[in-house]
Amino acid sequence: MKMSRSFKMAGALLIAAMLVVSGCGNNKENNTAGGNASGGAATDSKAIAKIKERGKLLVGVKYDTRLFGLKDPATGKVDGFDVDISKAIAKKILGDENAIELKEVTSKTRIPMLNNGEIDMVVATMTITEERKKEVDFSDVYFQAGQSLLVKKGSPITGLESVTKDTKILGSKGATSIKNIKEKVPGVTVLEFDNYQDAFSALKAGQGDALTTDDAILYGMASQDPGFEVVGKPFTDEPYGIAVQKGNTDVVQAINDTLAELKSNGEYDAIYTKWIGKAPAQ
Amino acid sequence: MDFSILTNYFGLYMEGFYGTLLSSVLALIGSFLIGAVIAVFRIRGLRWFGAVYVEFIRNIPLLLVVYIFYYGPSALGFTLDGFKAGTIGLAVYTSAFIAEAIRAGILAVPKGQMEASRSSGLSYIQTMLHIILPQAIKLVIPPLGNQFINLIKNSSVLTLVAGLDLMYFADGISTETYRTFDTYIFVAVFYLVLTLPLSYGVRVWERRLQRKY
Repeated sequence: MKMSRSFKMAGALLIAAMLVVSGCGNNKENNTAGGNASGGAATDSKAIAKIKERGKLLVGVKYDTRLFGLKDPATGKVDGFDVDISKAIAKKILGDENAIELKEVTSKTRIPMLNNGEIDMVVATMTITEERKKEVDFSDVYFQAGQSLLVKKGSPITGLESVTKDTKILGSKGATSIKNIKEKVPGVTVLEFDNYQDAFSALKAGQGDALTTDDAILYGMASQDPGFEVVGKPFTDEPYGIAVQKGNTDVVQAINDTLAELKSNGEYDAIYTKWIGKAPAQ
Repeated sequence: MDFSILTNYFGLYMEGFYGTLLSSVLALIGSFLIGAVIAVFRIRGLRWFGAVYVEFIRNIPLLLVVYIFYYGPSALGFTLDGFKAGTIGLAVYTSAFIAEAIRAGILAVPKGQMEASRSSGLSYIQTMLHIILPQAIKLVIPPLGNQFINLIKNSSVLTLVAGLDLMYFADGISTETYRTFDTYIFVAVFYLVLTLPLSYGVRVWERRLQRKY
């Protein structure tokens, strides 16, 4: 009896050890796979052919972000600026704007899902950064945003200058805005949530003083609850890009062609005005 | 496997580990105390209250219990931060299961024990303390051990209310390094560091109690 018990414990430890080792193996595989993909891309990428063969474009969009990608609980339909842009890309690549399958992503899941091959591209209010460029390839800028603050009306916070070390800032995991605010106000307390809906609920419940992210998203929240307002001038430059797996240069090309077309024929301005409520600044 | 994640972010891992450990220990003590009281309610006294408490709490998801303590208090004019709300939610949720385990243990002691003890002049409380509970505890330890192991793992729910636990910091690390798999493998090891000794300890304790009789 004694023997078998210690065997069981040893077994559990062994499994733990195997987890670590298997992690090791997997990772090497991933690394080489990544290496091959980017190696192949230098010559010729076949990602477009794969999409055409499937007959459907798989796009990761947000489901919780008003104005950009929001799921209507009543109809189950996802709508927004990002969705309209995705449809235009589907039309360009597959000739049909409805040949598209939307999948929900969050700031946290979008890069892993893209690199797992679950989606062809991420159109999800994603800021182009040097660090992300190491992980994914970006299209041209498709939306120009800037980081700002959302507070309860009547809050003593009137802009970035009134944020101090003692201010509790709320944000979404994996977003650039968290890093930015920590740089602008060193030592500030930041609480991170899984998505903006949770962060906004926390703000409403008094769990923090201000919610920070791109103004485009904040205006959507303020339109949802008039008890809250966006304060201060945007304090960063957030160029949104569409992300694809590293090396899929043909897809980036197709996206950039689509964006150029939309901008030249005025459709981009129409989509922009439809969601944001004003024409883009020139 | 990329051990540089562990070394580069060791401070964050430890901060999270400490949060998970502290929350688990507090919730463990709290859930045991609440659970024991509720178990007694269910057997004698406020039986309906015990039943309502157990059925309500154990039939809703843990996340919801935590949300009640996180988002709820603002309506009453105060707030509990993520760590407090998460730990209280965890204690309340687990207490329902613990109450059931303890109750089952007490009821499993043969009725004759109570009758014999009462007819030899011991009061109800004395009988409980000296006759019934010492026998019940042997039966209760294995299910309690299970509940406590579950509690430690369930403490990961704190991440959803920014409760500064292991998963919360791991989410941050994974979004910074983009190494999702590696980051969480280390998290699994940290959880095992907590749960394996507990699971071993419960077994040893169980064996020692068995030997007594």
